[in-house]
Amino acid sequence: MPDGSSLYGPLDPAPDAGWTAAGPRMGFFTDTSVCIGCKACEVACKEWNAVPESGFDLLGMSYDNTGALTANSWRHVAFVEQPVPAGHRTAPFAGNPTGASAGATSAAVAAGTTGTSGTEPGVPPGDADAAARMATAPGGTVGASAGDAAGTGTRFLGMPGAAPPGRHTGVETRTDFRWLMMSDVCKHCTHAACLDVCPTGSLFRTEFGTVVVQEDICNGCGYCISACPYGVIDQRRGDGRAWKCTLCYDRLGAGMTPACAQACPTESIQYGPLDELRERAAQRVATLHDRGVPEARLYGHDPTDGVGGDGAFFLLLDEPEVYGLPPDPVVTTRDLPRMWRRAGLAALAMTAAAVAAFVGGSS
Amino acid sequence: MTGGRIPVGERFRGFRARLAADGVFRPQRSSVRLGHGPKVGAGPAEGAPPAGAPGSADAPVPPRDVPSVARRRGRGGRGGEELRVPEAEFTSYYGRPILKAPVWRWDIAAYLFTGGLAAGSSLLAAGGQLTGRPALRRAGRVTALGAVTASAYFLVNDLGRPARFHHMLRVAKPTSPMSVGTWILTAYGPAAGLAAVAEAAPLLPGRGVFSPVRRLLPPAGQVAGLAAAAVAPALATYTGVLLAGTAVPSWHEAYPELPTIFAGSALASGAGVGLLAAPCAQAGPARRMAVAGAALELWGAHSVETRLGLLSEPYRLGRAGRLLRAGRLLTAAGVVGALAGRRSRVVSALSGTALLAASVATRFGIFHGGVASARDPKYTVLPQRERIRRRSEQV
Repeated sequence: MPDGSSLYGPLDPAPDAGWTAAGPRMGFFTDTSVCIGCKACEVACKEWNAVPESGFDLLGMSYDNTGALTANSWRHVAFVEQPVPAGHRTAPFAGNPTGASAGATSAAVAAGTTGTSGTEPGVPPGDADAAARMATAPGGTVGASAGDAAGTGTRFLGMPGAAPPGRHTGVETRTDFRWLMMSDVCKHCTHAACLDVCPTGSLFRTEFGTVVVQEDICNGCGYCISACPYGVIDQRRGDGRAWKCTLCYDRLGAGMTPACAQACPTESIQYGPLDELRERAAQRVATLHDRGVPEARLYGHDPTDGVGGDGAFFLLLDEPEVYGLPPDPVVTTRDLPRMWRRAGLAALAMTAAAVAAFVGGSS
Repeated sequence: MTGGRIPVGERFRGFRARLAADGVFRPQRSSVRLGHGPKVGAGPAEGAPPAGAPGSADAPVPPRDVPSVARRRGRGGRGGEELRVPEAEFTSYYGRPILKAPVWRWDIAAYLFTGGLAAGSSLLAAGGQLTGRPALRRAGRVTALGAVTASAYFLVNDLGRPARFHHMLRVAKPTSPMSVGTWILTAYGPAAGLAAVAEAAPLLPGRGVFSPVRRLLPPAGQVAGLAAAAVAPALATYTGVLLAGTAVPSWHEAYPELPTIFAGSALASGAGVGLLAAPCAQAGPARRMAVAGAALELWGAHSVETRLGLLSEPYRLGRAGRLLRAGRLLTAAGVVGALAGRRSRVVSALSGTALLAASVATRFGIFHGGVASARDPKYTVLPQRERIRRRSEQV
């Protein structure tokens, strides 16, 4: 049994996994404040890694027609529409009405679309209630209460639509809105639940501190899929194996930059030694705060969080769950020693009950 | 890749069509309350009120779509793991699940039952062996072999690549409950098999090449039966860790109870085999095993249905709720029958059947409850938000 810190807490994963001459831990910093939603990362990833197509269908979720990270989409660009003025909320925008331009109904319908990703569970339909709330949640709090969970909300504005918001309803209901875009990816956790629970040793820790599935070993047991606290790893239909981002292990080995980071035209996706990225990210947040974007915050950068920090972390402009990220993920194996203890107690109770049943009776 | 794909754009055309037919459209779930009164179902461009107008008549109200959460709030004071049930409002990305739901099909739920049945039967058989109750021994050993064979089939069949099942034997990983389980099964299976085969010794001819086999099999079966019984409690309880060792909210948070439920369920199903197969004179231990197993199972199931706050909800609603309620009724009926039917072979057999059915229902109920909790982002976001809130209060 590995010692406690191997299961939880700050750690440098590559030496912990037995690499003796590992270099610095490499990772991604995805700065969503400069993401333009071009999806070049998705395309570059598919091209380089020969990832199969994931369906050419429209999901009705703004311009997100990928839906989620799946075995056939190792990068996923999320699009969130919010009825708050974009930019700096300065005087020229002050008088603009804001508000949802699409009904709760259309958000609820969007939640019901399913992707044709060719994977299991792939892009399952969402919860209509929850999606409908995207259009009914209290708005206007972004920036005013950064870090306050209660007030944030996503609004579904009905993009893509046939007409701009307010076209049919007159200028007085025309809305201003901002668009949040985020390129999501495997987090390459310090304490990776997928790797911990893999029963075949197919998932392994590389010398770069990343987590990779060996496709010639994976037998498709599916344990990693329900173990991932971010819902990243997924099973390819027909193929049966689990697939996810490798952080371009082959390119890293040749000293190259991962395909998505290479293709990103705005440097929203940055690749480098994790320590350096964390420093750069902290500076970027400070800069954004100075420039009047108080809602900017980092996600997954903290080595003391529930997964020991992510190898791929993010700068977000709203709460994590707005982007479909868990607000406080914890690696499931943190509780593993306690689980085994409970199982041991139950096994003892079972043995005692069986012994008592045979020893302690008259018939 | 997959055949029979829907033509490109078909879904979106359907989406627009449904939007166009807004007036009649209702989301499939009856609990949805959309928008505010008369504005429900209005066109996309006029459906919602202007934002930033709190206090107006159109001001957004907290959704009332999950009233059952607040109403069925779990009582406090049952240990430190209780999650206070926050109001059901949470933000999501188009209501999509955050987690990937388990890809395990019904095979795994069935394996939970057959694995437990094998374990309970082996304990029953060992007890029968040591206390001179041959009917219990025989029934237990044969059932154990049948159940462990079915288990192996279910486990291999559920793999995405069944031909690679032996890759499980490449490593032994204590951090992977599935790897631990693989080795438990590897130890248990041959022992249970040998014990069952030994029951066939009297059928062999007493002379010729089979004669030494006929002589050696029974003692070998005794040893193998005891070995299988020694491993059986691990086989019955590791599956609790198997489910809890995931990010599935209602499984993970139930980690203290799951092994207990499964241990109880295994005992009860083993007892069911004894009640079915043994004459009344030998079935006494099976009756007591039934009572003990039912007690563990009922206590554990009650605990996961009430102690986990919001995360207990998936175990009470829908298919999981129906299965667990059925399991409870069948367990109660089985125990009553086992105790009341001391002298009746028919009543004993009926109660044994009820106990086996109860075990099936409980396993499938726990399985489906967890799957439901992974499919709804509510069960991911709200408990994590609550955790953050409590942490910030402590600081």
